[in-house]
Amino acid sequence: MTRALARRVAALLLHPATAIVGLALAVALAEAFGWNFAVTLATRAAILALAALSLSFVIGQGGMVSFGHAAPFGIGAYAVLIAGEYGIREVSLLLPLAFLAAAAFAVPTGALALRTRGVYFIMITLAFAQMAYFVFAALSAFGGDDGMGLAGRATFAGARFLRSDGNLAWLSVGLLAAAAWVLHRVVAARFGFVLRAARDDEARVSALGFSVYRTRLVAYALGAGIAGLAGALLAEQTAFVSPALMNWHRSGELIVMVVLGGSGRLAGAVLGAIAVVLVEEFLGGVTEYWKLGLGLLILAVVMSRAIDLRALLARIAR
Amino acid sequence: MTAIVALEAVDAGYGEARVLFELSLEVAAGEVVTLMGRNGMGKTTTIRTLFGLIRPTAGRLWLRGRDRTGVAAHVVAREGLGLVPEGRQIFPRLTVEENLVATASTRRGANWTLAAVHRLFPRLAERRRNLGDELSGGEQQMLAIGRALMTNPDLLVLDEATEGLAPVLRDEIWAALATLKAEGLAILVVDKHLEASMRLSDRHIVMEKGRIAWAGRSSDLAADRSLATRFLEL
Repeated sequence: MTRALARRVAALLLHPATAIVGLALAVALAEAFGWNFAVTLATRAAILALAALSLSFVIGQGGMVSFGHAAPFGIGAYAVLIAGEYGIREVSLLLPLAFLAAAAFAVPTGALALRTRGVYFIMITLAFAQMAYFVFAALSAFGGDDGMGLAGRATFAGARFLRSDGNLAWLSVGLLAAAAWVLHRVVAARFGFVLRAARDDEARVSALGFSVYRTRLVAYALGAGIAGLAGALLAEQTAFVSPALMNWHRSGELIVMVVLGGSGRLAGAVLGAIAVVLVEEFLGGVTEYWKLGLGLLILAVVMSRAIDLRALLARIAR
Repeated sequence: MTAIVALEAVDAGYGEARVLFELSLEVAAGEVVTLMGRNGMGKTTTIRTLFGLIRPTAGRLWLRGRDRTGVAAHVVAREGLGLVPEGRQIFPRLTVEENLVATASTRRGANWTLAAVHRLFPRLAERRRNLGDELSGGEQQMLAIGRALMTNPDLLVLDEATEGLAPVLRDEIWAALATLKAEGLAILVVDKHLEASMRLSDRHIVMEKGRIAWAGRSSDLAADRSLATRFLEL
C-alpha cells in the first residue's frame, strides 16, 4: 500500500507537466517573497528548457541528431538585437520575427543536411552552426565578436511590460508550456506518426507513400523556430547578444540537457534543462569546475542503466 | 491494356553486389501474379526495386505507362502501389486503429476505409484499441494488409505474407486475398506455398539467380509438376 502510494507520488512528480508547473510555482513564490534571484533563475531555466524541448523534438521524435541547434537559438537572439536597432521593440512582433528568422535559417541548411545520415548529419549541422557563428562575429555593426547590448527591454502593446523580471518569467514559462502543448499535439498527429515511424524505419514509411525528407525538413524548421523563440527570450533577459550564443559548446549543452532528461520524451528535456541550470547555479557558486559535477551526474545516470534522469529518479523513488 | 507496373530489363542490387539481371515483368489491372523462387534468388530485391527503394543501375520502371525510374519510394506508393512488407513490420507502438488511420490515403476515388478493412478482417475491429505488438502473428499480418489497403492501391504487393503463420491463419489470409481478387484488385504475391498460390493466381513467375527462369499461366505450372521440382525444391 505504502509502496503503491510512493509509486503514484513518484509518477506524479515525474509527470511531464509537473516540471513546467513547478517552474510556474517557483516564479509565483519568488515573486510573492521578492526573491529576485529565484525569478531570474526560474526564467533562465524556462528559456533553456524551451530550447532543449525544441532539440528534443528534433532528436527524440525526428531522429535527427543536430549538433548545431545553438545556431537558430542565437539567430533568434540576433533577430531581437537587430530589430531593436531598427526601432522595433514590440514583443508581439519580435517573437514571431525570431521564430521566422531561425526557421528561415533551418530550411536551406536542413535541406542540405538532411541529405546525409548519421555522423555526417551531426558534422554538417555543426559546420552550419559554426558558419553562422563566424558570420555574426564578423558583423561589426552589431558588436562583432564582442557582442552588443540591447537598448532596452521590449514593450507589449506599447507598455513597458517586460521591464519587470516577473513578467519576463511568466512570458518564458507561458511560452514553454505553449510550445510543449503544441509539440505534444504535433507528435500525436499524423505528421508526428510519420516522423516517429521514419525514425524507426525510413524505407517502410516511404513505401507507404510519405515523403520522409519533407516531413523531417518541416520538423527541423519547427524545432529551429522554437529554439529561435528561446534565443529571443534569453536576449531579453540578459539584454545582451553575442556570437557566443551560437558556439558549439552551447549546442553540446543543449544535447546534454536532452540526453539527461531522456531524448525519447519531449518533456524530459525540460527536466534535463532544469537539472543543468540548478547544477550550474549551485555547484558553480562553490567551484569553477562545476562541469565536473555535471559530468558525474551524467555518469550516474548512465552507469545506473537508468537511460535518463527521469528513469533514474523513478528508480530511486521505487 | 497498359500494365499497372512494369520492370523492363532491370539490373539492380546493393552497392557492388548485383542481384537482378535484365529482369522484366509486369502486372496488369485485375491480375494476380505470384513471384516464386528459392531463397536468395532476388524476389525481395525485385519488390524493393518496384517500390523505388532500390534504384536500378540499368533498365526502366514503368507505372501505368509512365517512366518512373529513379523516383522516390513515396512517389511510387502514391501512384497506387501498396506494400505488405516481409516480416509484417507493423508499427508496434501504435494501436491497430492508429496503424490503419495513419496511413489512410486521400487519393481521389479512394474506397478503402476503416469500415471496409474491418469487414475484410473482423478481428481487427475487435482488437482496434490494442497496440500493434499485442497482436498475434496472424493478426499482425492482417493489420499489415489492412494498412496497405488503406493507401487505396491499384496493385497490392505482398512479400512472404503467409511466412511463419499457422495453417489456419494462412488459409484466412489466402481467403482474404481471394476476396480482394474478386473485387478486381491487382495483386503481386511473393510466396512459397505453391498449392495456395496456384488457386489464387492467374500467372506465376519463377526466379533463379536474379533472372526469370520460367513464366506462364498458373494452370501450366499445375499441369507440369516437374517445373516446380526443378525450380522450387531445395
